[in-house]
Amino acid sequence: MSEAVLILGATSAIARATAAAFAAQGTALYLAARDEEELGRIAADLRIRYGVAVHHGSFDAEAVDSHAEFFQSVLAAMPRLSGVVLAFGYLGDQQVARDFAVGARIIAVNFTGAVSVLNLCADYFEQARRGFIIGISSVAGDRGRQSNYVYGSAKGALSLYLQGLRNRLYPGGVRVITVKPGFVDTAMTFGLPGLFLVATPQYVGTRIAAAPGRSADVVYLPWFWRYIMLVIQLIPECIFKRMKL
Amino acid sequence: MAVSITKLGGWGRYPVQSCELERPERYRDLRPSSARLIVRGQGRSYGDAALNENGRVLLTERINRLLDFDMEQGVLHAEAGVTLADLLEIIVPHGWFLPVTPGTKFVSLGGCVAADVHGKNHHRDGSFGKHVLGLELILASGERIWCSPAENSEQFWATVGGMGLTGIIGEVQLKLQPVANAWMSVRHRAASNLERLFELLQDPQLDDHYAVAWLDSLATGKGLGRGIAMFAHHAEAGEVPAGLLPAGAGRGWDLPFDLPRWVMNRQSISAFNDRYYRRQAAKREPFFSGHDAYFYPLDSIGHWNRLYGKHGFVQYQCVLPEASAHDGIAQLLEALARSGPASFLAVLKRLGAEGSGLLSFPLAGYTLALDLPVRDHELFALLDALDEIVIRHGGRVYLAKDARLSAQSFRAMYPGYEQWLRVKNSIDPENKFSSSLSRRLEIGSGA
Repeated sequence: MSEAVLILGATSAIARATAAAFAAQGTALYLAARDEEELGRIAADLRIRYGVAVHHGSFDAEAVDSHAEFFQSVLAAMPRLSGVVLAFGYLGDQQVARDFAVGARIIAVNFTGAVSVLNLCADYFEQARRGFIIGISSVAGDRGRQSNYVYGSAKGALSLYLQGLRNRLYPGGVRVITVKPGFVDTAMTFGLPGLFLVATPQYVGTRIAAAPGRSADVVYLPWFWRYIMLVIQLIPECIFKRMKL
Repeated sequence: MAVSITKLGGWGRYPVQSCELERPERYRDLRPSSARLIVRGQGRSYGDAALNENGRVLLTERINRLLDFDMEQGVLHAEAGVTLADLLEIIVPHGWFLPVTPGTKFVSLGGCVAADVHGKNHHRDGSFGKHVLGLELILASGERIWCSPAENSEQFWATVGGMGLTGIIGEVQLKLQPVANAWMSVRHRAASNLERLFELLQDPQLDDHYAVAWLDSLATGKGLGRGIAMFAHHAEAGEVPAGLLPAGAGRGWDLPFDLPRWVMNRQSISAFNDRYYRRQAAKREPFFSGHDAYFYPLDSIGHWNRLYGKHGFVQYQCVLPEASAHDGIAQLLEALARSGPASFLAVLKRLGAEGSGLLSFPLAGYTLALDLPVRDHELFALLDALDEIVIRHGGRVYLAKDARLSAQSFRAMYPGYEQWLRVKNSIDPENKFSSSLSRRLEIGSGA
C-alpha cells in the first residue's frame, strides 16, 4: 500500500478513477491540474467516499518554469510522498496539428511538460531510495499512424523517456511503470467512430493503482492491447505505409 | 463538446428514438449547450421523459461528486448525477438513510428531484422534493441560481417534479433520515379481494412507516384485487435479534438477453401470481429484511426490463383521490381484466397529502402501477380508456412512467400546469429545455 500519491492531471476520467482506486486502499492524495474548481469537487468527493486526506493544487504542464515550486508545495503538504501518477495528456486534432503551433502544444504538454515535472520527481525518489513513478503513455506511441502521429510521437517519446528513467532509477529501488491504455470511455473518445473493445475508466484506474504492487514495467490496459500492438508493430513498413490507419 | 448519435430508450424500452448524446465530465461543462435539450441521469424513467428525438440529451452520469456530508445533521450535498446506490453506500454506515426512495436505487439524485419521486412512506413523509433543502439550477441563459423553498421558491417548486424542463439540476442538498441499523422490520397481511386490501391499507392499527400492497392483477370475479399488504419500519436499535448476519447488498443475477414474447403470457404470470400470493400470505409473523431486499427487490436482477421482450413495455401508474379511489381502481382492474394483456407487476399504495411541486404526481389517495408489455396497438386503446376512468375520478398519470398520454389528457390531469408554465416562460422563454415527452404533451408551447 502506498502512503501518499501525487496525481498530475487529476481532472481526467482516468485520473479520477485512479485516484479513487488509490483512496480505496487508504492512500492520501495530492491532486494537481489546471482547473482548481474541478479539483475541489473531486477532492471533496474522495474525502467523503473514502475518508482519506486529499490535497489539491494548481498545476500547468506547459508552465515548466513553475514546476520546481509546485513540487516543493506538494512535498510541504505531503512529506511522505511515495508515488506519482502522470495522467495529463492532450490529444489535439490531427488535422489542425499540421499547423505547427497546435503540434507544438501537443508536444509541450505530452512530452516537454512531462519530462520537466518527472525529472523533479525522479531526483526526489532517487534520493529517498524508494517510491514509484507511473507514466500514462498511449498505444498510439507504439507506431506512427497518419490519424494521430503528432500525439503518437509525443507519447512515443514519453514511453522512451520512461524506459530510460526506469533504467536509471532501478539501482535506487524506484519503480518506473509505463501504462499504455487502449481505447477508454472518456471525454477524449466520446462519440468517436470506429472504436472497439472500449474499457471503462474504473477498470483502467483500478489496474493503474494495482501496478506498483505488481512486477510488470510496461502495462497495457486492457492486457490484450499488448498483442494488438505487437501485431501492428510486426507489419512491414512497406505494407504499413499503404494502410489507412 | 463531442456528441454521439445513438438510439435510446427509457427503462421500458418503448419508445426507442435517435438522440444526440453529450456527456460532460466537468461541472463547468454542465450547461445548456444547444436548444431542444434534456438531461438524462440513469435513464430509469420508463417512457420518453429522458429522450429527445432529433434533439440533444445531456448525460449527467459523470457529474456525480459528493460535495459535503454533515454526519451530525444528516445533510448531504452532491452533484445531481450521483446515484442513490452510491449515496446509500456512504450514508448507511453513518446511521443515515434516504428520506424517500423509489423502487430502484439505480437512479440519479437529480432524477429523483425532477420526477419528485415517492416511496412506500409517502403517506407519512411526502415525496422526495419535500426533503430537498436546496438545489442549483442552471438556466437556459447559462445563469446558475440556488433554489430552495425560501429562495427562488417559484423556480424551486417548478423544478421539483418539473421533469427537467425548467433547467439543468446541477447540485442538490438533501436532508436524510436517521436509522439505527440496516434492517427493516416487515409484516405481511393477505387480502382475498380489493375491498379487504383497501381495509388493510387504511387500518391505523396496521399502518407503519412504510406501506404498500402487491396485487394479483389477473385475479377476477370474487378475487378481483386480491393481494398482499406489506408494512415495515426501520428496525430500532435492540429490535434486531443478535446473531442476524449483516444485511448483504449486491446483485443476484443478470438477465443477459431479451426473453421471447411468449414467455410472459397470461398463464405463466397467473401461475407466478398464484404461487407468490400463497407464499407471501404464509408469512404471518413479522420478519427482518435488509434495505436492498426490502426497497429494491428488482435491483437484484440486472436488466429485468428484458423480461418483456425486445418490444419493451409501458408502466401505467395513476393516482386517484381518496374518496373515489376504491371505485375507480375497481373499474381500472375490471377494464384491464376484460381486454388487457397480462400485467406482471401490479402495485397499490396509499399516498399522503399533495406536495408543493407544481407538476408533481402524488396526491392524497391511492396509486396503482401496472407493467404492460407492448405487443400491438390495442394496448394503447386500452390505456386511453384507462385515462378516461382516471380523469373521471379526478386522478392523474405519472409522467416519469409515461410513454403515451395525450396532451389533452395531461391538461385535464395536471391543474398546476398553468402556474408551472408561467414560471417556465419566465426562465426559459424559448423553450430550450424540451424532451420527447414535453413535445408529445405539448408542454411549454401554448397553454
